[in-house]
Amino acid sequence: MISILKPGLLTTIQDLGRYGYQKDGVVVGGAMDTYSHRVANILVGNDENAPTIEMTLIGATIQFSRDSLIAITGGNLSPTIDNKRLPMWRPILIRKNQILRFGECIDGCRSYLSLAGGIRIPKVLGSASTYAHAKMGGWHGRPLEAGDQIPLGDLQELSKKIMEEVHSEGNPKWSVPPRIATPFIRVIKGREFQAFTRESQDLLFKSEFQITPASDRMGYRLSGPALLLKDKKEMLSEAVDFGTIQVTSDGKPVILLADRQTTGGYPKIAHVISADLPILAQMKPGDRIRFREVALEEAQALLREQERYFSILKRLIELKFR
Amino acid sequence: MDYHLHPLGERGILIEFGSQIDPKIQQQVQLVSSFLEKNQPEWMIEYIPAFATITILYRVTAFTYREVCQEVVSLLEHINPASPHQQRVVQIPVCYGGELGPDLDFVATHNQLTVDEVIHKHTSGSYLVYMIGFAPGFPYLGGMSEKIAAPRKQSPRLRIPAGSVGIAGMQTGIYPIETPGGWQLIGRTPVELFQPNREEPCLLKPGDRIHFYSISLQEYHEWGQKHHDFNS
Repeated sequence: MISILKPGLLTTIQDLGRYGYQKDGVVVGGAMDTYSHRVANILVGNDENAPTIEMTLIGATIQFSRDSLIAITGGNLSPTIDNKRLPMWRPILIRKNQILRFGECIDGCRSYLSLAGGIRIPKVLGSASTYAHAKMGGWHGRPLEAGDQIPLGDLQELSKKIMEEVHSEGNPKWSVPPRIATPFIRVIKGREFQAFTRESQDLLFKSEFQITPASDRMGYRLSGPALLLKDKKEMLSEAVDFGTIQVTSDGKPVILLADRQTTGGYPKIAHVISADLPILAQMKPGDRIRFREVALEEAQALLREQERYFSILKRLIELKFR
Repeated sequence: MDYHLHPLGERGILIEFGSQIDPKIQQQVQLVSSFLEKNQPEWMIEYIPAFATITILYRVTAFTYREVCQEVVSLLEHINPASPHQQRVVQIPVCYGGELGPDLDFVATHNQLTVDEVIHKHTSGSYLVYMIGFAPGFPYLGGMSEKIAAPRKQSPRLRIPAGSVGIAGMQTGIYPIETPGGWQLIGRTPVELFQPNREEPCLLKPGDRIHFYSISLQEYHEWGQKHHDFNS
């Protein structure tokens, strides 16, 4: 079990999302930075979809009631144990009764804490992700609060082996690399790209946009030059996806993220490619974005490459702790 | 079947049957939905039906866009556009006016009708569920009489209770969960439209017909005990 002593700003339990119910209007949700979420789970021998704890800008203070194997990935919110900085991106052993504290945000925006054995909570509609708006999933359908006592699951064989080795050899000196931020966020053109004026089409790739404070897990609202349609166009609502960039009637782009609605009725100028969503998820209000276009085929190739990376990483961890 | 295929992002393929709100187009979307629901192709993550389109999210590790287009074309060949279509009619009880429908008077005044006339017009309509979206279980309904249309509220309410029945412009709808919103609220239903712990979490499906009928405040409050099975 873990006890939440301080909850931080926005701390929720997330997995890879609730797929299969968008036809019923149920948002997918899930980790904003799925890359960090998956790596955190792989490092402790969990399934990639096991629930992790997502912390935003100000992290939590958490006490452990048993020896636990954890990993911390994503944005650096200065994790410490007994006032000593804790390394990220590797498996770490926490002793019974120790207190894990997160402090100031050094880089990124969201930190992920994986726990070997996962978190013992019921899945709702196939997922453990917190969907606070509908008060479902996660821990009683809400962000974590001080006093919450959260039960952990049973360790799988691989987790036991990793834990034994870290127990006898100490925390590893190696770490896996984070997803390196790139100067550009890559996009593919959206279905209504051609409906924008020639000038607005150019502006999308030539200007800099800034993430405004009115941004959250649903979407990032951007400020920058207005992107205008050639003709006012009434659109019927249709499906959108993680990374879809819609442009609202005032010409402002909004990038739809994990807690997006299932459908949208604004023109879609572009879509952020899946491989770059983890970079975007680590950006925060005030950060600046430039977009660069790639072809659909290239976006898909990059996604397959990322999937290959995860299977290799998993294999390496299995071999190392065999 | 007449349709066009488009990519939606890098893992979506959108099948477009038209660009208007039209019961015939809805029926085509419905046919494809039923087919996908029954057959669940292995490469499919899920499908998202809307007014005139259906989008399939697919596994990019299995298929390129070109390959998935071929799959979709051959899949659509298996669907008989003339196949008989069973329409469900769902009766929705509503307690109109009072605390549960604080804007009923406004809708009446706005349309120069009496409150009873508004209720009569609202309950005599037959509404088609075009799609579910915006919130879990929220139905986009067509078929409301324009004689009871009303503009949205100038400043949205921060909390609209689950079950609220409202009007916005030419549309009527039901809020399945508590959410902020700008609709004029004319009543509330005791029926739970969305219940995540039910096997079928969503009461309404695209293609259903809805009829509203009026119940008293007492019936509203007793509904929960009497209709336990329906709601759980």
